[in-house]
Amino acid sequence: MQLTVWTYEGPPHIGAIRIAASMRAVHCVLHAPQGDTYADLLFTMIERGEHRPPVSYTTFKARDLGTDTAELLKTRVRETYDRFKPDLLLVGEACTAELLQDQAGTLAESMDLPVPVVPLELSAFSRQENWGASETFYQVVRRILQQQVPPPGSAPRASVRERCAGRRPTANLLGPTSLGFRCRDDVVEVARLLDSIGVDVNLVAPLGASPVDIARIPQADFNCCLYPEVSLATSSWLERMFKQPTVKAIPIGLNATRDFLGEISTLTGIDVGTALAAGASRLPWYSRSVDSTYLTGKRVSIFADATHAIAAARICAEELGFKVVGLGTYSRELAREVRAVAAHYGIEALITDDYLEVETQVAGLHPELVLGTQMERHIAKRLGIPCAVIGAPHHIQDCPARYAPQMGFEGTNVIFDTWVHPLMMGLEEHLLTMFRGDFEFHDEAQDSGQWTVVSGQGNEQVTMSGGQADQSAAASNQPATDHQPPTTAWSPEAERELKKIPFFVRGKARRNTELFATERGIQMITVETLYDAKAHFGR
Amino acid sequence: MSGTIPASVGALPEILRESGQCEVFCGLSSIVWLHRKMHDTFFLVVGSRTCAHLLQSAAGVMIFAEPRFATAILQERDLAGIADCHDELDLVVNRLLARRADIRTLFLVGSCPSEVIKLDLHKVAERLTSAQQGRVKVLAFSGSGLETTFTQGEDQCVAALLPELPRPRSGERNLLVLGTLADVVEDQFNRLFDALGIGPVHFIPGTDTQSFPPIGDGTNVLFAQPFFNETAGLLAARGAHLLSAPFPFGVEGTLTWLKAAARAWGVTDAQFEGVTAGPAGRAHGSLARYREVLAGRRITFLPDSQLEIPLARFLHRECGVELLEVGTPYLDRRAMQPELDLLPPGVRLVEGQDVDRQLDRVAAERPDLTVCGLGLANPLEALGLPTKWSIELVFTPIHGFEQAADLAELFARPLIRSQRLKV
Repeated sequence: MQLTVWTYEGPPHIGAIRIAASMRAVHCVLHAPQGDTYADLLFTMIERGEHRPPVSYTTFKARDLGTDTAELLKTRVRETYDRFKPDLLLVGEACTAELLQDQAGTLAESMDLPVPVVPLELSAFSRQENWGASETFYQVVRRILQQQVPPPGSAPRASVRERCAGRRPTANLLGPTSLGFRCRDDVVEVARLLDSIGVDVNLVAPLGASPVDIARIPQADFNCCLYPEVSLATSSWLERMFKQPTVKAIPIGLNATRDFLGEISTLTGIDVGTALAAGASRLPWYSRSVDSTYLTGKRVSIFADATHAIAAARICAEELGFKVVGLGTYSRELAREVRAVAAHYGIEALITDDYLEVETQVAGLHPELVLGTQMERHIAKRLGIPCAVIGAPHHIQDCPARYAPQMGFEGTNVIFDTWVHPLMMGLEEHLLTMFRGDFEFHDEAQDSGQWTVVSGQGNEQVTMSGGQADQSAAASNQPATDHQPPTTAWSPEAERELKKIPFFVRGKARRNTELFATERGIQMITVETLYDAKAHFGR
Repeated sequence: MSGTIPASVGALPEILRESGQCEVFCGLSSIVWLHRKMHDTFFLVVGSRTCAHLLQSAAGVMIFAEPRFATAILQERDLAGIADCHDELDLVVNRLLARRADIRTLFLVGSCPSEVIKLDLHKVAERLTSAQQGRVKVLAFSGSGLETTFTQGEDQCVAALLPELPRPRSGERNLLVLGTLADVVEDQFNRLFDALGIGPVHFIPGTDTQSFPPIGDGTNVLFAQPFFNETAGLLAARGAHLLSAPFPFGVEGTLTWLKAAARAWGVTDAQFEGVTAGPAGRAHGSLARYREVLAGRRITFLPDSQLEIPLARFLHRECGVELLEVGTPYLDRRAMQPELDLLPPGVRLVEGQDVDRQLDRVAAERPDLTVCGLGLANPLEALGLPTKWSIELVFTPIHGFEQAADLAELFARPLIRSQRLKV
């Protein structure tokens, strides 16, 4: 048994639903007990979906267990087909149904429906959401393309350059899904990027693709595996079966976008020099301009899905001049890749799905910026550290109305703004002395603004999604609510000296000094201790 | 059951029973408000990753500190018998309690998978309680979707608490109010009961699981929430008198609910009138503004919290709302009879659910307002059908005189909003 406070990923059947919800003309039937329909609200609330996700549930109850749950499944499959008339039906089991061993997929396959039925084996008690999405996508693609696989001994597929002689090359964008981080906008940005170098998009899948579209996958000259968590298994299979090459670079960040174009150039022979030169990224200049100097060496802790964590580390180190002090992922399937990147930055990767472990690490690293998921946003808020969300799981406010891709050149602009803004207070670092003691510029002058945080008992706070949604930015000035009471005392002089520090960094100075004192067994914090701590934590 | 249940049950309106896909939460979701109410408790779900995922996403709630609920996720090795579930659970509980010295009561909450593998959490709870030597009380209840729908989790939780409640000294009488209420609402009711000379009054669940009120044949029970089927049976078995009344929503509901207790305490009509006239009048007046918005509007309740029937009664009788369809996941006749007596004849009552057919009816009838779960709200709004999230009705203080207008406002707001928007 695994003690879990928050979970980064849902169970694998949520991944299956994400594939169904991404596609057109596909419906998923899940053998699942009453209550599992909660999954619908992930799509309709977090992404503000205008339609229910295409999934039907058996919603069996205790009284059904005494009768025939298999029959209930068959009824639901038949009713679902009759009502929704999908071109392809996915049939799987949520955790409890797996224990019943009704063999939902096989049972549905035997029903002679007039459309393909793809049975899903989701291993609810050992796998998680992204694996479920990857497996479902792979099974769908394999089922539809199986008959097109060239028999052994067929003539080898021509190289991309040969195939594309006299026409624009075409690519499939594989991996974007519903509930994936910014997939909606990434797809647009990458299509635009490809168009700028003379490459057409054959199709995007699973997002927006129908089974008929999936059948056209082999027509493309190559695949772009944009989100390996979801599409690596599929693109590897396509590479093996159809000899369709995969572009593996993921265009998140300026240098990664250059690599992405470079990889396509090698594959197709297209000269991407003009596109690179014209690249509409303001990041290089924004990063080089003098007021970004304060970003130098900012300590950053990164934890997310592997794709976004790896990209973030490179952007931080190479493009923003930060120092990566922590890097980790919950994507166990891609742990090796994340470990390699961490080693490159001289740190050890944290591979875990235990939120408490991540929290302990973040607290211990004393970062100045946290890049993470919704979970890390909560950790950062509690610790009073600026934070930006870089990957799923994310909240409703991370699905913005505006165009906000992470990929391509526009993605670099979005990233510069969203990662640097939480640090903006630092912009005034050189003005601090000037404003020190200013009558309008002190802690009592803080405007609580329009945000409402419902204060509960102890140190817990609740906010509702949608309505009074989580307002994490608001708390960055608030002192962290640590569990342990301080064991050290402040001398009056040290307390007075602390007051001279601007209010928005005072909380951090206090915490750091107390930590410094506690670690050294100092009972009374003096002015000396304060400056010793400053020297210790300073760069 | 106790003799206080009306011998002759009134006429029941025609009830349509539907079965099919149910779009409801399971009882685990009750933990979200139960842990807020009971400050010294921890809720450990013994279940799957689905349970953990449901808890953090279904209620749409995130708690910024370490919350007082968690999931012990069953894994392959637990199911394959490689690991002994009891040993594993001991480890998890010990780790948990070591972190949280403030916990006095730990609830082990059963889930669909724990029920299917027949893990006896009551037995585990007994063993852990004795191992804790009085430091922490460990209790068990089921929040599984196999057994419970949404609010029934609270029923199961309170039922698990009952054996802990002491018996009163003979001749001692008290009033027990059942159902999670906001602290401010408890205070309001306390003042009213005080003025009526009714007492002592106890609320379950309360904030402190260390001091339980006594329960016995001197206890009168008022239900503040309509979903206490299991608990009601246990209370009756302990000799408590279950007061039959509509639920305290709106002016009428609150008046008749208080009246039931007043009658049991022999409060005179004059005294009752004297105490309640002021707040009832004030509530009635503050409702006027929303009655204007709501009167003549057509509403459909999809089944969810079991609050549907009492709220439909309030909206119809006090706000002039027309009831198209009132769905309920489960109809508890004993609890609901006083409410059913107040519903207009011919109202379409639906017990159970076939969500697709129900949504067909909603699409055909186009209600002015549909009360539904979070999963369905945006898809209905996208069809131009205003909705009210039902979950807000269990999180927001809506009971009693002072909240009557707030309750009406919850339903009026989507209507006012759709009138305002010009996009």
